[in-house]
Amino acid sequence: MLDNDPYVIVENDIVKPGKGQAFNRVKVRNLKTGRTIDRTFKSGESVEAADVMETSMQYLYTDGEFWYFMDPDTFEQIGASEAAVGDSIKWLKEQDTCEVTLWNGVPLTITVPNFVELTVTETDPGLKGDTSGGGGKPATFETGAVVRVPLFIQIGEVLKIDTRTAEYVSRVKDA
Amino acid sequence: MSVEQTDNRWRPSADLAVMHCRAELLNKIRCFFNDRQVLEVDTPVLSHAGNPDAYIESFVSQYDGPGGSKKLYLQSSPEFAMKRLLSSGSGPIYQICKAFRNEELSRLHNPEFTMLEWYRPGFGHHELMSEVEDLLKYLGLLSGDQRVLKMTYQALFERYADVSSHSADLSDLWVCIQEHNINLSNQNANDNGGRPDFDKDTLLNVILTHVIEPELSQIPFVFVYDFPPSQASLAKIRSSTPPVAERFELYGKGMELANGFNELTDNVEQHDRFVQDQMRRKQKQQQEIQIDQYLIDALSEGMPDCAGVAMGLDRLLMLLSGKQTLKEVMAFPFDRA
Repeated sequence: MLDNDPYVIVENDIVKPGKGQAFNRVKVRNLKTGRTIDRTFKSGESVEAADVMETSMQYLYTDGEFWYFMDPDTFEQIGASEAAVGDSIKWLKEQDTCEVTLWNGVPLTITVPNFVELTVTETDPGLKGDTSGGGGKPATFETGAVVRVPLFIQIGEVLKIDTRTAEYVSRVKDA
Repeated sequence: MSVEQTDNRWRPSADLAVMHCRAELLNKIRCFFNDRQVLEVDTPVLSHAGNPDAYIESFVSQYDGPGGSKKLYLQSSPEFAMKRLLSSGSGPIYQICKAFRNEELSRLHNPEFTMLEWYRPGFGHHELMSEVEDLLKYLGLLSGDQRVLKMTYQALFERYADVSSHSADLSDLWVCIQEHNINLSNQNANDNGGRPDFDKDTLLNVILTHVIEPELSQIPFVFVYDFPPSQASLAKIRSSTPPVAERFELYGKGMELANGFNELTDNVEQHDRFVQDQMRRKQKQQQEIQIDQYLIDALSEGMPDCAGVAMGLDRLLMLLSGKQTLKEVMAFPFDRA
């Protein structure tokens, strides 16, 4: 905890004169804003630990204001704000399991799975028999995400998408 | 951590060319001192006493066997044993050995490292700086007519941080730190209504490490000499105006390479400084370190006036081989040891 916000250490470099006090030059990322700052501590200095925990939760639904997640063990439900959901919003599919970072029990960030399977709701009709995938075309998914897909992909198909790069991976059989 | 990465740890992190470079470095150093009739010595790495300096953490070990049990410290430098040799009439001596410092691990720190330390009876710290310069030339780090830049600690601060290390008070130093956009943690600031326990030397060290050392990275080599008396360590203090500790540091590309002293020879003052170190350790709730009575006894017998210097050979090897981290010049650094 720094200045009342939770931070995660990104880099920690020790600088120490041969004779004298050592310092830790630390790069920390604010878990609320995502902003990274530099701070120097005397080695051995302690700060309050942030009550931050990561847990796997199932995404249920949104009422437009909050996005609701459920603990699969306790069935307890919790609402995440739009700020917490952030860019994950376009990948959130009902019943998918996400990593939820809780700070004092309140969702701070939502991390979607690296790969999600989504249904194409809109795309230009492609050329039948074209399996090269060269060029590609945009496709819109049920969650609202838009990803470039190969030309042969049709509306209604289920595709595997890498959420980290927003790239098409493959078709999913027997969706 | 992938399986592959873990499995690779048996391999050295330094490549073979660097290991050749290291062997050549050690060989050249021995030739250099042999030519100058400086005696190579070998002193124990494990000792019953350690260095009470509050900013050095010793590794502690224990002997069990004939004669009972005994707490032993891994040396943080061979200084005390070598001074006992000097006091017994050894003449000029040098040693290449391992030194150990707990809690130190970074791009430029490894808990175990290779140190070159030597002592020159009859030399002052300026004469020893000249010999360090000769060694750099001998190792090919400096060309024939090149000189190492020399600056006092005071001049260094005036030039690179625009502040007087001598006359600045705490608030001047805080202003300097803020002007250089150093975001220094003030966690305990509210405890006493003011700045937490930053004394002058700590603030000077913040400026040195955060402001000055990056500037020095542009300079091949520079000697910084005549330190504040509060940073004397084991150096003699000269009662000039202002008084200064006859201590020097060698920097290579902003990296601290060597620390030297016009050595304190007064046994009473040495004992006093150890006691002060002990008190500081106690305040900081650090482990108590046994004072080396053998060293005090040796100084009482009479150690010749001399200058001594300790040089980190792994860092020197980084410069010789153009590497950026200690890991690249050590076969098995901490994470592979």
